[in-house]
This record gives sequence, structure tokens and C-alpha cells, in this order.
Amino acid sequence: MESIINFAPYTGWVYPNETVFEWSVLIAVYPYLTGLVAGAFTVSSLYQVFGFERLKPVAHMALLTSLSFMIFVPTPLLLHLGHPERAFNSTITPHLTSAMAMFGFFASFYVALLILEGWFAYRPFIVQQAQKRTDLLGRFYRLLTLGSYDVSEHAMRYDRKWIFALAVIGIPAAHGLHGYVGFMYGSLKSREWWSSDLMPVIFLFSAIISGVSLLAVLYVVSCKLRKIPVDLACLKGLAYTIWAFIMVALVLEGLEFANIVYKGREGVDMIMQYVTGPLLIPYFILQFAVGAITPFLWLSYMIWRGTTGRALVIGVTVCACLVLFSVFMMRWNVVIGGQEISKTGKGLLSYHLPLFGKEGALVAILLTVAPLGLLYVLTRLFPPWADAATHAHS
Amino acid sequence: MKKEDSKPTLEARRGFLAKLAGAATCAGAAVGAAALGGIPTVSAKTEAPPDGASFPTKDYDWTKHQWGFGVDATKCIGCLRCVEACKTENDVPRNAHQFRTWVERYVHIEGEEEVHIDSQQDPVNINASGSEKEFRFANRYKDAKVDKAFFVPKLCNHCTHPNCVQVCPTGATYRTKDGVVLIDKTYCIGCRYCVQACPYGARYLDEERGVADKCTWCYHRITKGLQPACVEVCPVGARVFGDQKDKQSPISLFIRNNRVQVLRPDTGNAPNVFYVGIDKEVI
Repeated sequence: MESIINFAPYTGWVYPNETVFEWSVLIAVYPYLTGLVAGAFTVSSLYQVFGFERLKPVAHMALLTSLSFMIFVPTPLLLHLGHPERAFNSTITPHLTSAMAMFGFFASFYVALLILEGWFAYRPFIVQQAQKRTDLLGRFYRLLTLGSYDVSEHAMRYDRKWIFALAVIGIPAAHGLHGYVGFMYGSLKSREWWSSDLMPVIFLFSAIISGVSLLAVLYVVSCKLRKIPVDLACLKGLAYTIWAFIMVALVLEGLEFANIVYKGREGVDMIMQYVTGPLLIPYFILQFAVGAITPFLWLSYMIWRGTTGRALVIGVTVCACLVLFSVFMMRWNVVIGGQEISKTGKGLLSYHLPLFGKEGALVAILLTVAPLGLLYVLTRLFPPWADAATHAHS
Repeated sequence: MKKEDSKPTLEARRGFLAKLAGAATCAGAAVGAAALGGIPTVSAKTEAPPDGASFPTKDYDWTKHQWGFGVDATKCIGCLRCVEACKTENDVPRNAHQFRTWVERYVHIEGEEEVHIDSQQDPVNINASGSEKEFRFANRYKDAKVDKAFFVPKLCNHCTHPNCVQVCPTGATYRTKDGVVLIDKTYCIGCRYCVQACPYGARYLDEERGVADKCTWCYHRITKGLQPACVEVCPVGARVFGDQKDKQSPISLFIRNNRVQVLRPDTGNAPNVFYVGIDKEVI
């Protein structure tokens, strides 16, 4: 029988069973998606809870983006499982000592919260459509009203209370969900590259910058598609947010790396050989120099010079794209990088990403882009634009 | 069609939401209580039967044994019969990338600081055997001036505090009362968290079955009074197995009569494979 194993070439000494890469690119896509969810939700919360009025044009889109990506979060995991049909075993009979066992609960809770908050936020729009439309879509909206057509000021005030409460609960939920993903790696003592107390916070801050960046890009693109001017105050708000959080993210990642080097525990020689060899380009050049430091300096310059107009739009969009790329590289360098350093601390493996196949590059790209398709559909059903008549709750 | 908004609708909605919040609180409390052990979890897989019950056969009582494994590296000659026997006995995939047990070779060459380490899966050794299904150590150091060399058999350490069991999200992998870490292959979801968590590289994913796999100390044999296959075939007695509850068993004598050590004690896993004659490089 033809071998179904794709084994990895290696140098030095690695355990025999390590020559098969067990966590593929899909496991890098998974924290990337949850990160975008948490980051997008941060924007929604900045507006709903902390009163960042200038983010109003993207507040509703933030919710829809969060929901679209969250729905796709389990897909890379399911595709990766040896027995996807048994996936619910971890939810039906969770093994409570496992960092992975709570995922189903956290994820379901968060999806429910997003749907509920979305429903409250869109209720005036749903009611309006339900009353206006007589077609099939009208029936859909009527169903969504859940029988409640009350959009009086009194009811709106009541709704706003719920939106506020859900947004407040959503902050720990979204960030907890993502910090928890970081904990899944950080808590493993088998790999020096993962085993770090800082891992959950690093994941969290990189998540925030990725989600905010995604919204900046989506907002600019949506304005271009709808042929309306970009609200520069809003875009600047997003740029400030990215700028502030990218600083924290950079400091944390720097500390993490400094810790590994400074502690110099067993296996550090191999790590140094790795980061100055195979990881030099993906880690130092792509993730840090191109993806994080460049946008940080560029954003700093724009803030300092008070850049506005077209230059601001282009600058922020490019920076946001770089950050999105950087955060993906961070996920890659953690998940794949961690496995490229042997548990023996005496050898290095190299992962080769196949183009095709269940765990290939095409599927990974498809899963990363698919939420945007869902987001497009959702924006047709529930326009998130601040200029439309969707914002009774402002 | 326009529906008239009315206060009762709002109140009804408020009532519904209050109930929803109440239900959520109750559910949260239930989960919390379960987490604290107040409510027994549904997962029977992780729970051993009550004391005294027999498992897995009628005439075997797993509360009466505490298995242990010893490796005398000074005796191992690297013949790899243990690897062959294990692959055959346990239906381990016939390739050079998945093993329940393996043998490492450590070679110090005169004038060189770094130790040379390889195992039977090394491409040079596979070339020597001529097949990925047969294993032998190539005589690759025949022209070198060897200072010191030795073999180290490796296998699952059946730890007292196993990381693999800790991280398994379903409880499909569990530690038995007689001290063996097993996998319920009808329940494993194939997430490979356990493979990542094991610091010893003892686990792999059986791609054909889609589940994790590793050494079981031949549980199907030891519960019938037999020795694990690798111990049975070892021609030099480098592998020792027995019941730690029996003070005269081979493993009890091995531990008593030797200064034994375990691999990576710093992990806190408390392995149950005890080594004699390994060097500082062995991890």
C-alpha cells in the first residue's frame, strides 16, 4: 500500500515519531480566525461600551465581521480531526483537565452572544423591513422579529441596555476565547518555543491588532465599493487603536523572545540556530520588520504629521494589510515553528506546505477568505452602514 | 401591514429575556459545579471502575497490580528485535516514522565535542536495512575512532502524571488503576493534542484509523500474565517488566538493586520506565 504519511526532512537528532508534522497549516489558520473575531469585537466594544463615537461607522460591521469569522472558526479544526464525526465527544463528555475541552462551550457561548447582540442592534431595521416587505425576504425578517414590533423610545432604551450589557460580557468572552487559545500552546511543557506564560497575552494583543486592521481594510473597501467618502475620523480612530495595541504586542513578543534567550535553558542553542537560520525570514523579516515595525513607524509618522485625506486612507490601509499579514506569520511561526524545533532540543525539522489536499495551502486560503463571503451575504441582509436607516441605536 | 406596538409586547419580551438570563445562570452554575466535582461528569471513559472491580477480563483485577518497566542500557546491543516484535504484535504501521518503541544509538567520537545520536528511522539506517519495514543499525562508525557508545531503548513512560492524559479533551486517553496509560480508540477524536503534549515523543497518529497510538506495555498480554512483546524477545535482558506491588518481581528487584533514573524528571510527569546506564545526553 502507498504510504499516506508525509514525513518531514530533518537535521540533527529528532524523535522518530516527530518526523510526521501533526499540526498543519490549518491549526495556524484556527487561531488566526479566532484572533480576527476577538479583534473585530474589540472595535464594536470600543464604540458600544467605551463610547468611541468616531468608530460608529464600523461598529455594526464589527459585529457582523466577528460573527462571520466566528462561524468559520471550528472548520479548520474539524477538517484536521482524525475523526470529525466524534468532535462532539469533547463537548458531551469534556475532560475537564484539558485546555481544549472547554472550546466547544466557550465558542458556542460566544456565538450565541454575538447573535443576541446582533439581533438587538438590528431590531429596528428588522422591524422596519418586516413591515415594509411583502416578499419572501419580508417573511424572513418577520420571523426574525420574534414577534416583537415595538420600536418605541421606551423599547429602544431597553434594547440599548441589553446591547451595552452584552457588549460588556462580550469583552471578556471574546478575549477570553482568544487568550484561551494562547493558553493551549503556552501550557504545553513539551516545547520550549510554546511553553511560556506570556503566550496567552501575546495571542490576545496580536488578535486585537489583526481584528482592528481587518475592519480598517473592510471599511475602506466597503466605502470604495459603495462610492462614498471614507470617514477620516473613523479611520483615524482605527489607526490610533492599531498603533496603540501594536506597541504592546511588539513589547510582549520582544519580552517573550528575550526570556527564552536570557533563561538559556536546555535546547536554547537549537532555538538560536533555528531563529537565525530557517526562521530568520519568516520571523524577523516578515513578522517583525515588514509586518509590525514598518506599520508602527508609518502610523507613528502619520499621527505625528497629522496626515489626512487620500494619504491617510492609503497609509492606514497598507499598514492594516501588513499587520494582517504579520499576525498570520505570527500564528504560523508559533504553530509550525514550534514543531520545527524538535522536542529533543537537538534537531530541526522542516515543514513543507502542500498545495492541495485536506490540509493544503488552498484549503487554508479558502477557509481564511470564506468568512468574507459570509460577511458579504450578511451585509446584504443586515446593512451595517451608519448612513442607512439601520441605526436607531446610536 | 403594520403591527401596533404595545407595552405588553415589551413586557413579554422582558419576561422572556429575564427567563433566558435565569436559564443561562443555572446552566453556568451547573457547569461550575461540574467543574468543582459537585456533579459527576458524563465521561465514564476517564473514570476507573470502583475498587475491586475486575478489568479488562473476568479473572484480572487491576487494583492488584502496579506495573513498571526497566531498561538496562548497558545490556542493549541494538539488535532491534524489540522494534520488530512490537510492530508485529501491535499492528504498528510498517513505516519508518511511527513507532511504539525505538532504540537510540549514542556515539562519542574521539576529538569531537558533540555526541552523534541516531535511531533506526535514520535514512542511513533505512538504507542499510534496504526497506522502511525492516530495521537495523548501519555500521556507519566503523572507520571512526569511537570513544564511547551505547544504545538506549525508548518507549512510552506510562507516567504517573501524564501530560497526554491531562490534555486529552475527551478523556479517550486515560491511566488505568494498574498504572498503564491507554487510549480508547473508539472515543479518540484524533486532535493530536496528546502527541504534542508528550515530552518524550512517544505518541503518533495512526493515520489509517485516525486516532492517537502509543505503547500499551502490551496490555492485552500483561493482563493475561504474559510479558510485553519487546521484553519477551530481548535476547540480552535489557528490558525488564513486572509488578511493583510484588516485591520479588523483576522490576522491583531491578529498582531495588540498581541506582535508577527516569527521563526528564523536571517535567513533573513521574515516568514509570526506569533506566540504568544512560548518559547525560539522554533525554
